Amino acid sequence: MNIKDRIIEIIAEQAVLEPNDVTMDSTLESLGIDSLGLVESIFAIEEAFDITVPFNANEPEQSEFDISSVASIVAGIEKLVAEQNA
Amino acid sequence: MKRVVITGAGTINALGHNMADTLEAMREGRCGISDLEFQDVDRLAIKIGGQIKGFEAEGHFNRQQMTLYDRFTQFTLIAAKEAMEQSGLEFVGDDAARSGVVLGTAGGGVSTWDANYRTVYEEGKNRVHPFVVPKLMNNAACSHVSMEYNLKGPSYTVSTACASSNHAMAQAFMMVRSGMAPAMLTGGSESMLCFGGVKAWEGLRVMSKDACRPFSANRNGMVQGEGAGVFVFEEYEHAKKRGAVMLAEVVGYAMSSDASDIVMPSKQGAARAISGALRDGGINPSDVGYINAHGTGTAANDKTECAAVADVFGRHADKLMMSSTKSMHGHLIGGTGAVELLACIMALRDGVIAPTIGYEEFDPECALDVVPNEAREVQVEYALSNAFAFGGLNAVIALKKI
Repeated sequence: MNIKDRIIEIIAEQAVLEPNDVTMDSTLESLGIDSLGLVESIFAIEEAFDITVPFNANEPEQSEFDISSVASIVAGIEKLVAEQNA
Repeated sequence: MKRVVITGAGTINALGHNMADTLEAMREGRCGISDLEFQDVDRLAIKIGGQIKGFEAEGHFNRQQMTLYDRFTQFTLIAAKEAMEQSGLEFVGDDAARSGVVLGTAGGGVSTWDANYRTVYEEGKNRVHPFVVPKLMNNAACSHVSMEYNLKGPSYTVSTACASSNHAMAQAFMMVRSGMAPAMLTGGSESMLCFGGVKAWEGLRVMSKDACRPFSANRNGMVQGEGAGVFVFEEYEHAKKRGAVMLAEVVGYAMSSDASDIVMPSKQGAARAISGALRDGGINPSDVGYINAHGTGTAANDKTECAAVADVFGRHADKLMMSSTKSMHGHLIGGTGAVELLACIMALRDGVIAPTIGYEEFDPECALDVVPNEAREVQVEYALSNAFAFGGLNAVIALKKI
């Protein structure tokens, strides 16, 4: 399973949806994921890829990690995984 | 109803090992937050805290006591000793039978849990010290205070996360005000600054890596602290008869529950606790000069707290001063309300308002007078101390100058 599909699976599980219902332009808010759900999703992603995601709930817009859509999350994780393997 | 006064106060925290040093640090706007020092700190993402430095339990306690006193109990006993010496009170006869101890803590003996899990899981040992349970239990500190000072009345520990101390002090206040107890020892203690304690907090992603900057637009989270604050709450006539020095009068309290979210604060819940404390104390809102804020330095708390204060006080919200001393001593979790009550006592007794240090940028959502960076000399009649816990449990205490 590629990075994108694995992330969508994690987000879908958090949102109690089918992976098909999660699109790249979905926002976490539109999927009904609140602040606790977000922190839990990031934890699950960190565990799945064995990476550390730089995210502080107090300043989401200033974090190096962009959570504004599923696409931005996937892009961010792909970058972190690439850095990890570099 | 009886009047209730504070006749003794004691503390140990990152700003000082006693009340005088702590108040001096608050007056000078000194920061007690520093690099954490303990085993495995290099495995943490958060490496700062309001850790008590230069404290050795040896010298304060003997070997027998050390096997029974977790760090949170040690802090409590040191603060209680200072409070008792200041009050000059001795508990004998009927006073002893009716007076007790109500203390707050969120985690109790966290470092005892941590050290002993390490022993059995990491080191693979199959044996722990026989006193692990009496050492780590949340009521250990309360029980040792009761034994030390012969307090035989109602004694227990309250655990409501970050509001524990305020809930405890509210209970003690009720008991003295109702005539149930002539005096109560109360306050709280916390010591979570160990690998497991900080690691757990890291998970929530609400901690700052660099500083606690309450109400500042560039705030980026809370910083943990540790320590204790203990007070003697005494019935006014009882204190007067023995010529005790009175630090301040406790005049009201209120508790409320948000009944809404396990971590997100609620403006309505906070506002109900603040207005409830005013009502309970018969306080005219415009007479309140100072509020020691919960002011954690998280995005959510600070704006919610400012909105709640604005709702309760209306136009007077722009005139009163509200500071968060967590910027200096960190967030003592279950012990925080106790240490913060000292700032209220300083405001009322000394006319010195402790600052919110680390304040850098104005935030339109926190547009109150947060006493940025420098203490101020102002006489105030009434002061409030706010505490709003995870789980939506709130407790506010009201004090009056005496």
